[in-house]
Amino acid sequence: MIGSVSNSTLSSVSSDPRRGVAATPARPLLELDNLSTHYISAQGTRVVRAVDDVSLRINAGETLGIVGESGSGKSTLALSILRVLPPAAQIVSGQVWFEGEDLVRMSDAQMRHVRGKRIAMILQDPMASLNPLFTIGNQVGEPIRVHEGASRAEAWRRARALLKSVHIPSPETRVTQFPHEMSGGMRQRIVGAIGISCEPRLLIADEPTTSLDLTIQAQYLNLLRELQREHGLALIFITHNLGIVAKMCDQLVVMYAGRVVESGPVSRIFNAPAHPYTQALLNSIPRMGDSRQRLTAIEGQPPDLSALPRGCAFAARCPAAFDRCHKEAPPEFNLDGGRTARCWLSSVAMQSGAA
Amino acid sequence: MTFVIEAAGLTKHFNARRGLFGGSRGVVCAVDDISFTIESGRTLGVVGESGCGKTTTAKLVLGLEDPTGGSIRFEGRDLQALDPTERRHYRKSVQAVFQDPFASLSPRMRISDIIAEPLVTNESLSASDVRKRVLNLLDLVGLPEKSADLFPHEFSGGQRQRIAIARALSLSPKLVVLDEPVSALDVSIRAQILNLLRDLQEQLGLSYLFIAHDLAAVAHMSHTIVVMYLGKIVEMGDAQTLARAPKHPYTAALFSAALPSHPDERREEIILAGEVPSPLNPPSGCRFHPRCPHAMPVCGQQQPALAQVEDRFVACHLYDQPTTAGIQLADRRSNRASVVSPS
Repeated sequence: MIGSVSNSTLSSVSSDPRRGVAATPARPLLELDNLSTHYISAQGTRVVRAVDDVSLRINAGETLGIVGESGSGKSTLALSILRVLPPAAQIVSGQVWFEGEDLVRMSDAQMRHVRGKRIAMILQDPMASLNPLFTIGNQVGEPIRVHEGASRAEAWRRARALLKSVHIPSPETRVTQFPHEMSGGMRQRIVGAIGISCEPRLLIADEPTTSLDLTIQAQYLNLLRELQREHGLALIFITHNLGIVAKMCDQLVVMYAGRVVESGPVSRIFNAPAHPYTQALLNSIPRMGDSRQRLTAIEGQPPDLSALPRGCAFAARCPAAFDRCHKEAPPEFNLDGGRTARCWLSSVAMQSGAA
Repeated sequence: MTFVIEAAGLTKHFNARRGLFGGSRGVVCAVDDISFTIESGRTLGVVGESGCGKTTTAKLVLGLEDPTGGSIRFEGRDLQALDPTERRHYRKSVQAVFQDPFASLSPRMRISDIIAEPLVTNESLSASDVRKRVLNLLDLVGLPEKSADLFPHEFSGGQRQRIAIARALSLSPKLVVLDEPVSALDVSIRAQILNLLRDLQEQLGLSYLFIAHDLAAVAHMSHTIVVMYLGKIVEMGDAQTLARAPKHPYTAALFSAALPSHPDERREEIILAGEVPSPLNPPSGCRFHPRCPHAMPVCGQQQPALAQVEDRFVACHLYDQPTTAGIQLADRRSNRASVVSPS
């Protein structure tokens, strides 16, 4: 369940008018509170607001999709959760609550026990995430040795079992091989095996299937689903592909220019998107069997993050923009059904709905 | 209807070299005996996974590779038989737009020079005529006149792809090969470029050879689709009917693996086991049989020919006796559990 949370969790729950929310929802597994991560140039003159005031939640076992174009801040958001940001980037405000602890305030030593152990990440390019000089068994077993202090032999044994669980044929020989001896799909499954090696609670997958062929992508998505079921994992999919969201996710967060413009349950957003950007995005995708109809393109370009307009960042491309949009950035409005939208139109809709 | 391109029995083999001393050990059949046509003013879409030969096909059509066997006829004339002048004319008539507009535009050249380069090398025009043509082309692809004097780094991905399209159109080609033209672009920009390509096709009567891995985009853009697997055409037919009701088991699996456009969309999921085998050592018989959920004994022995089945062409033994097998595959599509028997 996601939503904007301005106060503490408890008070927002008690005053929560939304339907479909359990009476006493368990504390979410991960909760981002008004998180902002900015890239600041060496002289401090240029500030890029890559992640700006982002709030979201994910419960244990749930799948959350974070969708956005390049430069929307979705990858920086993932790096902020794990605090593996490049030197120029800084978390300037906000909290990242994970199992009741604020990751932003943790020491580096504590953080090392979170990464790979409680939260794992899968990156887009499996060749870049695997070290070409070490065997597969070594790399799959490494987190087990580091986090659980297992012996080399024990790590090796667990690595074999992990390869088997991600359906790598003949794991006994594969553990002794090197990444270059595997195909792309196999490498990505090995990265998946490393991800789940310490049984994390949360797995963040950043464009995990972009470099894979279609039938291999289908295999891999199935595998992730299977792992999720078996281990009760929460999954965050970071993607530009709405198809992956439609297939895999329960909840969706749409990002534009560093901000969450819309969030809520996937099927509700697909059926009735509240934000014009989400609407335009859904209309611009070619669909199978649409018999060569013209696509509804979104005109213009995404804005420059270091020189954002005063008002709504999407206003310049928005077909429904009016005066206020260009002057004042909209806050996050809570809509019914656990949805939020950052759009003045939603405030109008809410007022007319209430009246 | 007139054909721009007619390919017959087109084959391209590459010698695989292994080891330090480069002895030729084996042949990669990148494209193996394929035939297709591209009609004037229409789009032929080619889909398939990596290693299926779609890029080699594009290179053969562009004349960047010479075929090992078979022929390509351009407006009725065999490419191999063209003299140098005619070959020059052919190269002018067939242009390409590539995937990555960051790699395909020289960062040291102004946009006007990039677009004018084909004109300057191929036609003797005065400088002012060239300039006029460049401005026309920029207008055609929806870029402002002032772009002419800028450099590629001053443009976004979508705008760069427009520049690449303008360059491809500068010699008024008959056929444009589009190799993954939108996959490097942002989602919100893709529709702009796809719409532009469609508008240009209508305005200029262009033919396209459209290669992409996004099946919905191919189905959207194409009139005819060719599905390739390991260098072979497995299915060919009208884009909409093929996408809606695939006949070959590979096509069915491929289209079922395509991501849904809506979460409520329920489709039969066919998850293929294994991966595409190496083209160095393709399986005997039907190249798809080791992964095929309906493989029969005959599939491992005999290569199926591309034959007409109802409204399209399919290369599959299931359709050898179209009365029984075809119906059974149709049954299977509604009920996953039933298995096609080799009756």
